[in-house]
Amino acid sequence: MNTPPLLEVRNLQVHFRVFGGYLKVLDGVNLVVRAGEKVGLVGESGCGKTTTMKAILRILPEPPAQIVGGHVLFRGKDVLKMRPQELRRLRGRGISMVFQDPTAALNPVFTIGQQLGDVIRYSHSDGRVDAGQIRLKALQALKEVALADPERLLDSYPIQLSGGMRQRVCIAMALATQPELLIADEPGTSLDVTIQDQILRLLHNLVVERNTSVILITHTLGVVREVTDRVYVMYAGTIVESAPTKVLFANPMFPYTRGLMQSVPRLSGGGVAEGIPGRIPNYLNPPTGCRFHPRCPHVMEVCRHEKPPVFTVGEEHYVACYLYAS
Amino acid sequence: MRLVIFILKRALHSIFVLLGLSVVIFAISRVLPGDPARMAVGARAPQWVVDNLRAQMHLDEPLYVQYGYWLIDALQGKFGISLVTRREVAEDIKEFFPATFELALFAGILMGGLGILLGTISARHKDKWIDNVVRVLSYLGVVTPAFVFAIIFMLVFGYWLKWLPTIGRLSEGLTRPPVITGLMTIDALLAGDLVVFWDALKHIVLPAIALAMGGLAQEARITRATMSDNLTKDYIAAERALGIPERVIMGKYLLKPSLIPTISILGLDFAGTLSSAFLVELIFNWPGISRYGINAMLRKDLNAIAAVILVLGVVFIVVNIIVDIVVAYLDPRIRLSAERSE
Repeated sequence: MNTPPLLEVRNLQVHFRVFGGYLKVLDGVNLVVRAGEKVGLVGESGCGKTTTMKAILRILPEPPAQIVGGHVLFRGKDVLKMRPQELRRLRGRGISMVFQDPTAALNPVFTIGQQLGDVIRYSHSDGRVDAGQIRLKALQALKEVALADPERLLDSYPIQLSGGMRQRVCIAMALATQPELLIADEPGTSLDVTIQDQILRLLHNLVVERNTSVILITHTLGVVREVTDRVYVMYAGTIVESAPTKVLFANPMFPYTRGLMQSVPRLSGGGVAEGIPGRIPNYLNPPTGCRFHPRCPHVMEVCRHEKPPVFTVGEEHYVACYLYAS
Repeated sequence: MRLVIFILKRALHSIFVLLGLSVVIFAISRVLPGDPARMAVGARAPQWVVDNLRAQMHLDEPLYVQYGYWLIDALQGKFGISLVTRREVAEDIKEFFPATFELALFAGILMGGLGILLGTISARHKDKWIDNVVRVLSYLGVVTPAFVFAIIFMLVFGYWLKWLPTIGRLSEGLTRPPVITGLMTIDALLAGDLVVFWDALKHIVLPAIALAMGGLAQEARITRATMSDNLTKDYIAAERALGIPERVIMGKYLLKPSLIPTISILGLDFAGTLSSAFLVELIFNWPGISRYGINAMLRKDLNAIAAVILVLGVVFIVVNIIVDIVVAYLDPRIRLSAERSE
């Protein structure tokens, strides 16, 4: 009970400076990941999922981004207060990340071997590893993600690889550092469905094998249901609901979560899903009170003015909604 | 081996470009008013002398035959006699071209080296005070003509501070080293004459910097723009997320993709320097080809004009080939697509 969780994000607030003011993108994000846990993070595009992850790793471009408040604790140490040297030790070995678009995440003018090799080299504390050993480890990393002909791959440039291979390379790079926590930002979204499925299965097997903690960002609720222990639902820069995966799917409570569940098309009956009317709000002047209130079918007077606190509605099931105030 | 094929192919393409250029030069020299034979012998020569010369110069034949004769001579380096210097044009070129080439070479090194350095500093500290200083300075550098810098440098460093010489390539009293490359500094080094080398180096500093300022500022601006654009790329975020140290990201993963546009412009700036050095050469009394070319144009010295334009054309083509090779080395995407198209 007293050991701190692997990762704890407390009330994280991030603004982006733009012409004419600040985009208040993250409005107090709270998140916990325990050792070995697989956590899902869902929410529509633009709700701040990637921003949260980049803020955790301190790789947001600052400026324009600005972390204006909150804490990011990794093993109890505040990432936001780390010095460059500590940050470098955190990145890669502590937390590493697979990016959404593998084509953009690989440097186009260096070979796979150079990029993967440097990741391996600098994941050792002193950076002094001999070239032969790096090569062996790089080959090993590529074999683990089931890439054929790793020897040739090391001398290839990203442009010579297919999208699926690039994604595998990105996963190999993220896992080559033996991280304690892996952030996977919509892996395979840019690929076709069958390849995406293969990638997710591969990733799942690898992290289960190594007992790596995971934050999985995805739009595919089926995947969340299959591979995660707990789920966070994000809306417009806040976590609106979190629960163990089974509980959330059986009993979604926040109106937005319910809409999200209903918008999944089903094979039997029902036809096309309704979806949630409206769009994610403008971050320059976000709605007061609950940010979801303009789209909420159950909106009450209080929702328009007061930001709802988090209510505990079951074991590990939390909702930030006045509907559950009693 | 691939590189050799690449160069040969580019050289082959260049031959056609040069042929095109030669047609233009020939056409210009023939559409200009005035009879070249009459111009050569002067207004008072009797008509039969002019007629004889016309026949000798093939001026009676159709234009395409004239072009053929002209081209064959040009290929052998025979551009005829310069009306101004009364010497073989080829001799003039041999004397004046290396001087300008040396100047452009130093200017090019400054443009590339300092421009990329300043651009990198600016991009790394984007929107901080140092970036603003570099941006204002490079803006001034781009909008100020080279001759203004030349005059300012001459006044400040030559006249007031008396740090550096302002006239010519070598101080009086020193003997020129034997001509091997035609570049004074290199020849001095080859001859092992350090005194002459140092003196030649001091002479070249001011004109080279004056000439480099515009390109230097341009290169700094381009490097800054490309780098700050690339800094927002996902691959930089990914490399940071994977624990690669900042100095490796900056010096390796950001620098290489960011150099490509700068190198392309640097090539053009360098080649352009050779032809636009006229005023700087005039101010520093530098015996270069740019000054020679302008003088030839002012006096309608057709033989010299043709030779100067052809030489500069060849320089542009060679520089472009080199730029293509460097860019292909830096960017596998270009290299691979070039190989695929073979």
